[in-house]
Amino acid sequence: MDGDHALAEGALAAGCRFFAGYPITPSTETAERFAERCPEVGGLFIQMEDELASITANVGAVWGGQKVMTVTSGPGFSLMMETIGLACMMETPMVLADVQRGGPSTGLPTLTAQQDMMQARWGSHGDYRIIALVPDSPQECFDLAVEAFNLSETYRVPVFIMTDETVGHMHEKVVIPPAEEIRVVERNWYTGPKEDYRPYRFDGKTVAPMVKAGDGYRFHSTGLTHDERGYPTLTPEMNKKLVTHLIEKIESNADKIIRVEEDGLHGADVVVVSYGITSRIAIRAIQQARKAGLKVGLLRLITVWPFCETKIRNLARKVKAIVVPELNYGQIVLEVERCAAGQCKVISVNSCGGAVHDPEEILAAIKEGAK
Amino acid sequence: MSGADLAPEYTTDDEKFRKENPMADFLRMDRMPHIWCPGCGIGTVVTCFAEAIKAGSYDMDKIAVVSGIGCTGRVAGYVKFDSFHTTHGRAIPFATGLKLANPDLKVVVISGDGDLTSIGGNHLIHAARRNMDLMVICVNNFTYGMTGGQVTPTTPTDANASTTPTGNYETPFSLPFLADAAGATFVARWTALHAHNITQTFSKALKHKGFSFIEVIAPCTTLYQRRNKLGDGLDAMEYYKEDADIQHGADTRSLDISFQGSIAMGKFVERQKPTFLDAVNDHYAKVIGDSYQLYGKTPLEKEAEEKARLSATKEAKIRECGAND
Repeated sequence: MDGDHALAEGALAAGCRFFAGYPITPSTETAERFAERCPEVGGLFIQMEDELASITANVGAVWGGQKVMTVTSGPGFSLMMETIGLACMMETPMVLADVQRGGPSTGLPTLTAQQDMMQARWGSHGDYRIIALVPDSPQECFDLAVEAFNLSETYRVPVFIMTDETVGHMHEKVVIPPAEEIRVVERNWYTGPKEDYRPYRFDGKTVAPMVKAGDGYRFHSTGLTHDERGYPTLTPEMNKKLVTHLIEKIESNADKIIRVEEDGLHGADVVVVSYGITSRIAIRAIQQARKAGLKVGLLRLITVWPFCETKIRNLARKVKAIVVPELNYGQIVLEVERCAAGQCKVISVNSCGGAVHDPEEILAAIKEGAK
Repeated sequence: MSGADLAPEYTTDDEKFRKENPMADFLRMDRMPHIWCPGCGIGTVVTCFAEAIKAGSYDMDKIAVVSGIGCTGRVAGYVKFDSFHTTHGRAIPFATGLKLANPDLKVVVISGDGDLTSIGGNHLIHAARRNMDLMVICVNNFTYGMTGGQVTPTTPTDANASTTPTGNYETPFSLPFLADAAGATFVARWTALHAHNITQTFSKALKHKGFSFIEVIAPCTTLYQRRNKLGDGLDAMEYYKEDADIQHGADTRSLDISFQGSIAMGKFVERQKPTFLDAVNDHYAKVIGDSYQLYGKTPLEKEAEEKARLSATKEAKIRECGAND
């Protein structure tokens, strides 16, 4: 099964039964898979007129009670930014996969890249936080799709799966466990008295339980700055309360959200920080470097946003260098530099996308860092 | 007459006003007063909508209102239904998702001409093409009110707007023609003067299965009227009274509105066609056969499912469990 199909299967396993999408290479196969599987599982697929509509229909469907997903690639991701802001503001749980391709603009539709990593973090206007996960294999596309739904329900936030063309179109064995072995977080439905219901709770740690339209709560939700009732309240004070909550509900739970994979960090002189398809190339370079007698570790980011600040800060005090290969002109390396704060060398192995790295490029950077 | 004699019995910050107002069941009285200007037509549309709901004895818990951005976009924030104030132009796709996720709902989009026909124009024609089971009310005041009176796709040629300060040189949309051509199965137009007709049409549209589009020509006294030296709200009513004619069933190609020209009103289109969801279910029932589980369950099935859902959530909010497949 390829990564794109695995995303659709992961979504179905997580209980997603609604998918509004719009075709774009190299993500289309996920939409096709979902469309094919829907009638078997009581789900609904609708191909909307554009990406603006597809993501907005998904947000509407969440408030109608569904778990939802959509997929896209760079150009569509740009269009979706508008409603990503709305979803953050309305605290709407939803999952969006960006199967990244080379940009900017139409760029390289059929070739791989990791160029939307910062767009995922900053792409919509205003201050907010999202969660972004990066799979490195079709199996992880399945696993992280389930995980993405669980996180989105837990924190009422859009969760992005920032995969890429290579992983999306790569065919590998994918094990789908029996349903009872898959951990699924269900929506936290409100069950208290109607008159006490508040769609929001701005405590910066937790999120309010949800209801859906038609349940009789006759609630309101808006993209405007609002109070806990969801009513527009256009004051600097309320905006501070709201925005602080949107940020803090993620930041204060970052330790629970962040997942990384570590290999040989203890005693390493050089650490490669990598994510997605690039980490698989990095492993090859690390193996070669170890053969040459260098002490090299790998830190693979599974969660990219929120960023593993503490981890990088601690590493930077212990190692000579951190090497950051990525299929962009240097995006996540900026975060690594910020957290390393001059404590060690940070070497970017960048690329303009279109093809994965040659392991030799990463090896050269490791050798440079070990000097 | 003394000042005390002139004082209104109810004022907007009066508890009694909030409780006893005849619209109290329909409006979020804790959000009053609203932001609309004196003489604006949006309030009329909201009142007519409330009247139509009241006349039809609908379960108000099963009605959802979705708006976009702008003066009319504020409707969702004032009505006491499940209501959503979305982004500019996206009310229809939001409503589409809401309806498809919960087909029991009657989903009503109330928004303005700029929101629905300019930035949201693509969504309007595609929802009409699909015959999505939505009721769309477009308050057409020929201008962007919230941003200060700019030209819209419906501003009549020659009318003045802040971005066409010497007059509009573009050709406007005729909205009933647009909706009809795109596939809407119920199309009507009234002016804000014709409150009784608007209410009756809303009542019919609430019962209509499929995509209904109702345009209400309404005055923007602060911007459109003033900028074009057309007087106040009352002058607008006089214009509607003099120059608007009922032409039920008129050919939608004949419904253009020129600057201060005649306005044809009435119900132009009402036809039956499978809705999007009917088409989905009919199609799969045909190709898959009896084993196909219809999307969107019966109310009884839903109720049972709902009870199970709520009790399960109560017992354990996060549980280890699997999906159905």
